[in-house]
Amino acid sequence: MVDSLRGQNLLSLDDLSRDAVVEVLDTAESFVEVNRRTIKKVPALKGRVVASLFYEESTRTRLSFETAAKRLGADVLSLAVASSSVKKGESLRDTIATIDALGIDAVVMRHASSGAAEQVSRFVPHVRVVNAGDGLHQHPTQGLLDAFTVRQVLAERRALDGPSTGADLFEGLRVLIVGDVAHSRVARSDVAVYVRLGAQVRIAAPGTLRPVGAEEWGVGVVDELDDALAWADVVVMLRLQRERGTGSFVPTLHEFTRAYGLTVERARLLRSEAIVMHPGPMNRGVEIDSAVADGPHAVITRQVANGVPVRMAVLYLALAGAREASGL
Amino acid sequence: MTILVRNGMIIGSTASRTADVLIRDGSIAEVAERIDTPAGATVIDAQGCWVGPGLVDLHTHLREPGREEAETIDSGARAGAIGGYSALVAMPNTEPALDNAALVSYVLERGARSVLDVAVAGAITQGRLGELLAPMGEMARLGVRLFTDDGEGVQSASVMRRALEYAKPLGVRLAQHCEEATLVAGGSMNEGPLSGRLGLIGRPSLAEEVMVLRDLELVRLTGAPLHFLHLSTRRSLELVAAARAEGLPVTCEVAPHHFTLDEGACSTYDPTFKVHPPLRSPEDVAGVRRALVDGGCDAVASDHAPHAPELKDLAFDEAPAGMLGLEHAAALTLEALGGAEASPQRFFELLSRSPARIAQLRHEDDRVTLSGHGGEVSAGEDANLVVIDPTARWRVDVRQLQSRAHNTPYDGRELTGKVRATIVRGRCVVIEGQLA
Amino acid sequence: MAHEVIERVEDPSSVVIIGLQTGGVPVSRLLSDDLAAIAGHPFVLGVLDVAFYRDDLDRRPLPASAVTDIPVDLTDRTVLVVDDVLFTGRTVRAALNALSDWGRPREVQLAVLVDRGHRELPIRPDYVGKNLPTSRDEAIVAGPDGVWIGERE
Repeated sequence: MVDSLRGQNLLSLDDLSRDAVVEVLDTAESFVEVNRRTIKKVPALKGRVVASLFYEESTRTRLSFETAAKRLGADVLSLAVASSSVKKGESLRDTIATIDALGIDAVVMRHASSGAAEQVSRFVPHVRVVNAGDGLHQHPTQGLLDAFTVRQVLAERRALDGPSTGADLFEGLRVLIVGDVAHSRVARSDVAVYVRLGAQVRIAAPGTLRPVGAEEWGVGVVDELDDALAWADVVVMLRLQRERGTGSFVPTLHEFTRAYGLTVERARLLRSEAIVMHPGPMNRGVEIDSAVADGPHAVITRQVANGVPVRMAVLYLALAGAREASGL
Repeated sequence: MTILVRNGMIIGSTASRTADVLIRDGSIAEVAERIDTPAGATVIDAQGCWVGPGLVDLHTHLREPGREEAETIDSGARAGAIGGYSALVAMPNTEPALDNAALVSYVLERGARSVLDVAVAGAITQGRLGELLAPMGEMARLGVRLFTDDGEGVQSASVMRRALEYAKPLGVRLAQHCEEATLVAGGSMNEGPLSGRLGLIGRPSLAEEVMVLRDLELVRLTGAPLHFLHLSTRRSLELVAAARAEGLPVTCEVAPHHFTLDEGACSTYDPTFKVHPPLRSPEDVAGVRRALVDGGCDAVASDHAPHAPELKDLAFDEAPAGMLGLEHAAALTLEALGGAEASPQRFFELLSRSPARIAQLRHEDDRVTLSGHGGEVSAGEDANLVVIDPTARWRVDVRQLQSRAHNTPYDGRELTGKVRATIVRGRCVVIEGQLA
Repeated sequence: MAHEVIERVEDPSSVVIIGLQTGGVPVSRLLSDDLAAIAGHPFVLGVLDVAFYRDDLDRRPLPASAVTDIPVDLTDRTVLVVDDVLFTGRTVRAALNALSDWGRPREVQLAVLVDRGHRELPIRPDYVGKNLPTSRDEAIVAGPDGVWIGERE
């Protein structure tokens, strides 16, 4: 576990201490200001090369990362491998070696296999690796921007300055994560970050979508969603992939929505101050009703907006001082 | 060729004694306390060493035909000889599978030109697809005595039943890779809290135990003998031990990685540690180690599974399963048996005598083309011997392996117990720990 | 110092005072108060964190980032950059880089509480509280309450 992201890879939020997480949140605050300027750019990473290597297509996350890198003054090499001629089964080592030969300082990587970012980090130890989602395992920047959004919202409500609160606003905060937790890297990252920051976390999922060994995650597992909704300060709705709702895990999408969807009716059970979040993209009408997604509890657009400053913070911390730190 | 093995501790199945062994024309000519050195004889100084029957591996993947970039019959045999083996049983999951006499002949013939005895395990079903029986009769006529679809188990209960019924009068033995396919689908490591945290789909231990239970009942029904390959859980071993106690004709083997490594090794997503059945929980590992000592398992088999390096560079869930084993099985077994406290009888029982019995490669078995293994070390037997220094310390270096592949999980590991010499059919193939 | 500023600046109403994080901020506030007292009207005050503009990011421990708040477009204004200690000049140079993102000032002037020498760049202060020659091994802390010199650890 590291106490700071300075000069480090970001592979999993399990690896960050509370101080490390808070440092990212505080740094992101500065970048929110940068993003409000007319000239949304600082030269902190000028001359650095950041490669984005997305084996799984995700226009939104990739653009968010690339924008973050460019606003730090870095050069960006964009490889949307999903649509290139690289076939599944090409060795990770070969792909990264090819890119590394061009001289890169960091790679932002998304892959369908859990652990791929960690494997790549072993092939190129001199390159900083930022995991943009690896299989079912982790999506660390999503967890960080979710926590950042929560702190931002809570601080605003209490007329406080976010960074001055450190992790205080999370102490005892009631967070409920709902949906396909077993297959969700966002869920794993969210659990890691909220637990680390001192929140109380519960998960609600159909029996077949609960992760093995959830008892050891430091979370509660609820069988009654409605009670949990009334308990929660923050509700995170996870996307249910359509393939999972066709009978092998969940009989039908309809049954899933009836039992676990955040419908308009269920939203009435929420406390007035409850925050509703979703990592996107949403399956409107499946795990969340449109009216709720667009309603007063939801902070989904803020989550998206916070993606760039949080990713700027991550790249800045991982890279800016890094030449000295990176195993010379 | 004449060889004199001098001053070693001869390990019999029930007793040990210090003696010299004289080998002539492929057989053991004499075993006595002091034998004069005949002219022209190669002398092997076995002082401080164990001298026992050459090791026999029930479970080696030689990859030829089809995957020669990973290993060939020749290179695998050399790896085996360095590991102290005088015989290997080659698994049939080659490309194409060894499911007929022509392909079995091919492997036997190439094996005959290698440095040790290569026996062949034929497939149970055609193409190893688990549906139609393979021609076990014609393969048995060539000397095949073990049949398995290894890589996978035979999933259908009725196919397995029929295979057992068919095999029984042939006097051959079936062997099963126990993992219920639907329970392990998509899984790449042991199912448990660790797999949940790592985001890897798991292969539950139940998948192995459920098939063990089923097959034990099929053995009870048919009376045909069955050998369980690479059992990896405490419960599997307990089930087989209980059945054996009841008198059912069942045997089982364990692989060194299942008593040396646990699932924690997968935490860094290094595909070197990916294997089927997977590395298990520490509790299961402890159970396997106990079975080595208390007789719960009959044999140690390497499950030597070479893979081309670029394949082990794939993502963890995409990489092929399997790790190397021939060159380190002996030392790892010695370590698990207690190192200095290890019983040499138990060592040779697990690595040589029991496997020779199960594979029907003993002197008294009907072997067709191969020589006899796993014997007492007495005059008249085929000279298949190993000389092992049980106290020699050494470090595993992946660059020094005989295998063409490099996927060993033990690189850098310190081991105790080194093969000094391996004698196959009366010829020294390994001397001073090196290939002759 | 405030009197000097008033004397030398052509158009006091166009002045924007920018305090550099973190040491220059309290100094800039004091200066701004003093100026307001003399001129009879408040001055626009901003803060600038130059952490992201430094040219030596890979040589020093990464600085923690702090608030930047520049409330007006700086084009055609007279910018008065305020810091506590002027040393190598790199912080001021970073500030000059940063300020260009907020417009094109007519003029930029520099006020520091203490000038300790050892410039590495052609930067000179317009207003200095005190010249204090020091050796490179010394560390200096300067603020509204006073100046301390000690040995660098």
